[in-house]
Amino acid sequence: MHADHSGRKEAREEGEKARALLAKSRAGSAAAGDEPILEVRDLVKHYPLTQGILIKKQIGAVKAVDGVSFDLAAGETLGIVGESGCGKSTVAKMLVHLEQPTAGAIKYKGEDITKLSGRALKAVRRNIQMVFQDPYTSLNPRMTVGDIIGEPYEIHPEVAPKGERRRKVQDLLDVVGLNPEYINRYPHQFSGGQRQRIGIARGLALNPEIIVADEPVSALDVSVQAQVVNLLDRLQAEFGLAYVFIAHDLSIVRHISDRVGVMYLGRIVEIGSDEQIYDHPTHPYTQALLSAVPVPDPAAREHRERIILHGDVPSPANPPSGCRFRTRCWKAQERCELEVPLLAVPAVFRLADTPAGHDSACHFAEEKQVVPPEGLLEAPGETTAEEDGPSQGVDGENGPAPSGSTRAR
Amino acid sequence: MLLEVRDLHVEFHTRDGVAKAVNGVNYSVAEGETLAVLGESGSGKSVTAQAVMGILDMPPGRISGGEILFKGRDLLKMKKDERRKIRGQEMAMIFQDALSSLNPVLSVGEQLGEMFVVHRGMSHKDAKAKAVELMDRVRIPAAKERVGNYPHQFSGGMRQRIMIAMAMALEPSLIIADEPTTALDVTVQAQVMDLLAELQRELNMGLILITHDLGVVADVADKIAVMYAGRIVESAPVHEIYRAPAHPYTKGLLQSIPRLDQKGRELYAIKGLPPNLLHIPPGCAFNPRCPMAQEICRGEVPPLFEVAEHRESACYFWKETLDAR
Ligand SMILES: Nc1ncnc2c1ncn2[C@@H]1O[C@H](COP(=O)(O)OP(=O)(O)OP(=O)(O)O)[C@@H](O)[C@H]1O
Ligand SMILES: Nc1ncnc2c1ncn2[C@@H]1O[C@H](COP(=O)(O)OP(=O)(O)O)[C@@H](O)[C@H]1O
Ligand code: SF4
Ligand code: SF4
Ligand SMILES: [Mg+2]
Ligand SMILES: [Mg+2]
Repeated sequence: MHADHSGRKEAREEGEKARALLAKSRAGSAAAGDEPILEVRDLVKHYPLTQGILIKKQIGAVKAVDGVSFDLAAGETLGIVGESGCGKSTVAKMLVHLEQPTAGAIKYKGEDITKLSGRALKAVRRNIQMVFQDPYTSLNPRMTVGDIIGEPYEIHPEVAPKGERRRKVQDLLDVVGLNPEYINRYPHQFSGGQRQRIGIARGLALNPEIIVADEPVSALDVSVQAQVVNLLDRLQAEFGLAYVFIAHDLSIVRHISDRVGVMYLGRIVEIGSDEQIYDHPTHPYTQALLSAVPVPDPAAREHRERIILHGDVPSPANPPSGCRFRTRCWKAQERCELEVPLLAVPAVFRLADTPAGHDSACHFAEEKQVVPPEGLLEAPGETTAEEDGPSQGVDGENGPAPSGSTRAR
Repeated sequence: MLLEVRDLHVEFHTRDGVAKAVNGVNYSVAEGETLAVLGESGSGKSVTAQAVMGILDMPPGRISGGEILFKGRDLLKMKKDERRKIRGQEMAMIFQDALSSLNPVLSVGEQLGEMFVVHRGMSHKDAKAKAVELMDRVRIPAAKERVGNYPHQFSGGMRQRIMIAMAMALEPSLIIADEPTTALDVTVQAQVMDLLAELQRELNMGLILITHDLGVVADVADKIAVMYAGRIVESAPVHEIYRAPAHPYTKGLLQSIPRLDQKGRELYAIKGLPPNLLHIPPGCAFNPRCPMAQEICRGEVPPLFEVAEHRESACYFWKETLDAR
């Protein structure tokens, strides 16, 4: 399609050596300041609520997504967090064209893809791929791993001619850290973490520029989660991918994201760099969300102020007027009921040069530190990660004798 | 000691062979104490809890050894109806999935009230008043009006609070909460954990909190037991285990979680996968994944070593693990 893109594709097929080259050439182009490759504007998705069996009458709508805007730069990761039902997956599905927006624009390199169809749409869709949450149900149990990963080539045969597909799929297995010999196995022969790798390999098959990952590690055990997060990190560096990374785990999102958007009831309420959001949040909802995250350090119990929100998220079919968070907000006033707060830099921070000066949709935005500053909490076993785990000098046969044998029982 | 589990063994007879789900679990809880049982899925946390509660599927399950002492008496040696009485009144369990553990065709009030009718011989009218009181206590808004509602009419967080109300109803001395907040959002999770901790303090109950979330554990537990492949591999007071783990598995887990207060470098990842319970590796079950494994680890199953007072580790190299901080 674009000259640089097909060049990239070739490079990838060259294998290891070219991969290194590619990574180097990309390192020069810093993500920040680049033209966004994706611009999302006022995106809306309403699902009609109907009544009646024969004659369906629309009696309302579930406002799953109700005016979401953000930019995504090439090679960057935008994290999206928010509670169940706030519309994260619906945004993801619209980005990859699994759902048609009710209104709004999704511009890929300046072109609104919601208005495209036919071949033009197909060409764009290739560049935006999705990785799903559930590694147990998102893979067809009757297809081999090779067929699953190679399936996108059926729709886009131009990416890999028939004769090359098997080798390409094996390359992809290798890239995501699976044995290329597993190509004829079935999904049930793999663990959750391995299945997620298969899903990622399929997402990579068409050499996309953007990967939308909807809760890609949420279903995995802690020890396996880290493996998959590291894989995503590595692939991003290697292939210059941009990620939209959706999760409800705020710690993982901080780890992987350059910027973070916080959603509540179909809207983004605050968005900024990871430092702005985690260390200088100004929206009450973000503050409550961060303060509710359990921190894996018992010493933090004394340091932390927890904001316990009352009540539940209201129904997206009937969101509160004005600020949608007002029914749970401890700062709500009359103005919050009457006036919708816009997502912009709040007036109080507009002139000052402070990390609190980022977009936040609150009439009474105030900075509040809820995550203890880094270093205050003692990190357990501060060993720097290495490929094969921490080297603790006990490899081989000449290790130390076992510890004293005071049997407890 | 309120509850003491000693060398418990549970196996499941399946078509593919015998799955050794629990292989010598030891743990204890005192009154007013919170024990967190931590481990990955399949490590045997729930099976152990089901054995304690006496609700294990038998068959295919079989308790092949051990003792479960409740207030000094072995539950496994009790008669069925005595056991049932204890289960109803003295211990209660809260499950991960409240919707499927509440009866969908009975109103919440009926389900709460029934406990008082059956176990306390109350009239239905008094029982209903009790139900409203309980719902109030777990902060269900407009309890009086909602006492006749059915489970599906409540949100996930409210249903979990209703489960807590049921568990608390007869003021048991022991509560086992099996992943009580795993299905909930963080803000709701915080509400529910807060409530659980408050009621526990009030009633001075023993609480066994089963979870895979190292964060939740750090927030509420007094002590921790870490499970791997059906064994407790490390147990310790909560502060010590986070500061200085004495088992390589615990240490790996702690290192592999991203942290809210830190922008990540590469995460430490424990290599490999949890073991297949049909073929647990000989010796230390963790040895194929352990960066410290030696020849000896592939031989005998490591016993529990006393690391310090109230601290145990099932690792031959616990001292080196502690030192290599
Ligand atoms: N096909 C549909 N028809 C009607 N309502 C829908 C449909 N899909 C989603 N919704 C509603 O839209 C809202 C947003 O759903 P969405 O799946 O985007 O949430 P989410 O943020 O991904 O939540 P989770 O964290 O639980 O995955 C919810 O209220 C949901 O019930
Ligand atoms: N009814 C059952 N039949 C066969 N196997 C079971 C049964 N219940 C549990 N198991 C097995 O026992 C092991 C431990 O399960 P469990 O205690 O539920 O783990 P967890 O630590 O995730 O709670 C698992 O391998 C599980 O598959
Ligand atoms: S606008 Fe009002 S209700 Fe909304 S978050 Fe701000 S203070 Fe709370
Ligand atoms: S006994 Fe050996 S294999 Fe097991 S945890 Fe200790 S060092 Fe690792
Ligand atoms: Mg979702
Ligand atoms: Mg379980």
